Amino acid sequence: MAKHHVTATLNGSPVEFLCETQQTLLEVLRDELNLTGTKEGCATGDCGACSVTVGGRLVCSCLVLGAEVEGKRIETIEGMASGTELHPLQQKFLEHAALQCGICTPGMLIAARSLLERKPDPTEEEVRYWLAGNLCRCTGYNKIVDAVLAAAGEMRRA
Amino acid sequence: MSAMRYERPGTLEAAVALLSGATGAARVLAGGTDLLVQMRTGRIEPQLLVDCKDIPEMTAIVADDGGFRFGAATPCMALVEHEAFTKACPGVIDGVKLIGSIQVKGRASVGGNVCNASPAADSVPALIAAGAVATIIGPGGRRETRVENIATGPGKTSLARDEILVSLLVPRKPPHSADAYLRFTPRTEMDIAVVSAGVNLTLDRDGVCRKARVSLGAVAERALLVSEAGAALIGTTVDEAALEKLAAAAAAACKPIDDKRGTKAYRIKVAGVLARRAAQIALDRARKVN
Repeated sequence: MAKHHVTATLNGSPVEFLCETQQTLLEVLRDELNLTGTKEGCATGDCGACSVTVGGRLVCSCLVLGAEVEGKRIETIEGMASGTELHPLQQKFLEHAALQCGICTPGMLIAARSLLERKPDPTEEEVRYWLAGNLCRCTGYNKIVDAVLAAAGEMRRA
Repeated sequence: MSAMRYERPGTLEAAVALLSGATGAARVLAGGTDLLVQMRTGRIEPQLLVDCKDIPEMTAIVADDGGFRFGAATPCMALVEHEAFTKACPGVIDGVKLIGSIQVKGRASVGGNVCNASPAADSVPALIAAGAVATIIGPGGRRETRVENIATGPGKTSLARDEILVSLLVPRKPPHSADAYLRFTPRTEMDIAVVSAGVNLTLDRDGVCRKARVSLGAVAERALLVSEAGAALIGTTVDEAALEKLAAAAAAACKPIDDKRGTKAYRIKVAGVLARRAAQIALDRARKVN
């Protein structure tokens, strides 16, 4: 069967690609579009490393088919910084040493941004619940939560 | 693996026609959080996927005669973020909020939760307690059935292969009514219910319970509607004695299995405790409304 021809918006720019039915959005991003910032962890929706937003909604890109995103707006980690200027979340992750191996970081950042879009002033508990689907095996989470809360404070003052 | 076809029809009739015409295994795709995992692990190899998210009725949330009707493919997060829905259906939202991470809820649908037919599905006991009615479409047209009639066992439903669960109606609640859902898991988040309980009750002006529906999850091959447990509350002020009777009836209805998440004896014990706690929450909520 012929491949699907999909057109969508990726990080604000039009994008088109060809994919097989069973190819996930994660596979399309990494293997067809060479955007390797989004990571594969479990490939079953349990770890959150592949988090992206589709139509403004936070999802695991391993549980979305490439064919499903026709006409949709997709945001990945590659669209987070403005040129060389880091997003406040990225900056605070660095300042708080909120990463070690870095595999979970793109997903953490995308998920945290999605939270702050909805709730600019979250409590620590709200951050922890929102990020419950993003696993980190290095940091023990405290530094990540601290970084998100610090970024939220800075973004509110901006 | 043979090439898998992917279709995204814009109407229910077209979706049903695709399923009716399928020669091999076909699956309806909503959020895909169960389906894509089952495909990846090789548990199923469908030859046709019918993505139903372009069918407006399947993702709409609309007020319906004092209750709410929502499309079976509506993502859980759309329900959680819908203020009027969360206010009208607190027990259903208790369940929906527990379905996986924010990411999973961004895609997963309640219709999928119902049709995946896991005995531990978090939205199902809450829907059963709420008296939710499912609208199903097939080649012969539409039919309605209560949610408790859909799952027939783990992974099995009463839907024919060319039928689609279209929407779910959570009916209007009478005054002084409320519902609640609780589950027990060893962890606070990201876990599968060991036991769960949904309770929906209606009080009269004097605080006497006039209607009650109790449903249990993860204690049998499918979620149970336990009418004896509901009956234990009716005609009472939901006092200590009534709650004791409810807990005993809930425990008596359990037909659980032993597995790594809990033993039979443990599940039976916890079912009574959870049903009682859920009833207490529903009672507190009912006393606060109208």
